[in-house]
Amino acid sequence: MCLAIPGKIIEITSQLDETFRTAKVSFGGILKEINLYMTPDAHIGDYVLVHVGVAISKVDEEEAVKIFSYLKDMGEVEELEPSND
Amino acid sequence: MKYLSEFRDPALVEDFLNEIHKITTQPWTLMEICGGQTHSLVKNGIPALLPDKITLVHGPGCPVCVTSIGIIDEAIYLAQQRDIILCSFGDMLRVPGSQKSLLEVKAEGADVRILYSPLEAVKLAEENPNKQVVFFAVGFETTAPANALSVVLAAQYKLENYSILASHVLVPPAMEAILSDENNTIDAFLAAGHVCTIMGLDEYYPIAQKYKCPIVVTGFEPVDLLQGILMAVTQLEKGEYKVENQYSRSVLPQGNLIAQQTIHQVFEVNDRVWRGIGNIPQSGYDVNTVFKKYNARLKFNIDIIPAEENKECISGDIMKGLKKPKQCPNFGTKCKPEHPLGAPMVSSEGACAAYYHYAEH
Ligand code: SF4
Repeated sequence: MCLAIPGKIIEITSQLDETFRTAKVSFGGILKEINLYMTPDAHIGDYVLVHVGVAISKVDEEEAVKIFSYLKDMGEVEELEPSND
Repeated sequence: MKYLSEFRDPALVEDFLNEIHKITTQPWTLMEICGGQTHSLVKNGIPALLPDKITLVHGPGCPVCVTSIGIIDEAIYLAQQRDIILCSFGDMLRVPGSQKSLLEVKAEGADVRILYSPLEAVKLAEENPNKQVVFFAVGFETTAPANALSVVLAAQYKLENYSILASHVLVPPAMEAILSDENNTIDAFLAAGHVCTIMGLDEYYPIAQKYKCPIVVTGFEPVDLLQGILMAVTQLEKGEYKVENQYSRSVLPQGNLIAQQTIHQVFEVNDRVWRGIGNIPQSGYDVNTVFKKYNARLKFNIDIIPAEENKECISGDIMKGLKKPKQCPNFGTKCKPEHPLGAPMVSSEGACAAYYHYAEH
């Protein structure tokens, strides 16, 4: 649960005010609703490092792609899949 | 180095390894704090590629592993109440409390749910107005902002049926506890990249000074870890003890200020009992008085007498870096991931589980 996984912002799904936003973020094709409250400077097309449903920092694309493929190789992106237990 | 070709960046890995071998003249012991780093190091076989003089030991950096039996018993008590939905991250469910784990009480019929995010728990509370939803909020500084944000949102939505059982732990006080132990052997730390993404570097300067201990904030990929080890050993060989940032592509010196504000809005620092280690002063977060109606401990009047830890498990020595998992007599015999005696065998980020899965045993 400690990992932060990079994903790409596809769509802003709600915006209550200046700072309070949620977005659809793609993690190698898996889409999740993510809170952008802590990354006010992140916009559609940007990559963010996401931890337990909240984006904690912006990362550049090259870095994001690298981290994601590494995590995938390590078998670490399963927590994104819906769990049924 | 026969597996070098398996790394994603073999040339860079080789460069760092050669450099580390070249500069190491004395025995040094380095501790990586973060369980994600332990997992990565062991899975990639890095300890075996380092000079014999360098010993890597694994820190208490898995929040699942250090959550005390007492708090797990509290979560189990809550889960057993008829109107409560107790939710948490998946890893937490298998950790043994004094009698049972959350998974066992779930099998007995308690409404225990695995969620990916505390914000999903807020949604669950909105959708279930007749139930009380309690989120079992574990984690280091990386997870604290998300858990705090769930409370802020619940307050904004005026939810009367959401609360959290806070069990946050903080890294710098744990580092101090390790360094001030009379048996301490740690010469330098690799600090956790994602904790520092939130908190920045400020807390580490006084620790490096006071204990004359290099601290290198490090990412978790093999090249990150090797570069971090190289930076730490370089300092040690020169007699320096600075705070350095290997993971500057994610960690800003000041950290994420909005995340820090959110933490301070909802939490206050308190003493915390770490499983296997004991009480560390000022090493946890609990819900502050402003948000006390979201504190499950107060809301449901929890009054549980903390139970004794299993004496057969030497997790305290493992997490302080005094022993390696394989030195535990129960490792791989009485204690396996399917039947963990102690928490470091439960989570894949725990040192015992990492060794069980990836190192020969
Ligand atoms: S192997 Fe099991 S019993 Fe031994 S320290 Fe690790 S978790 Fe505890």
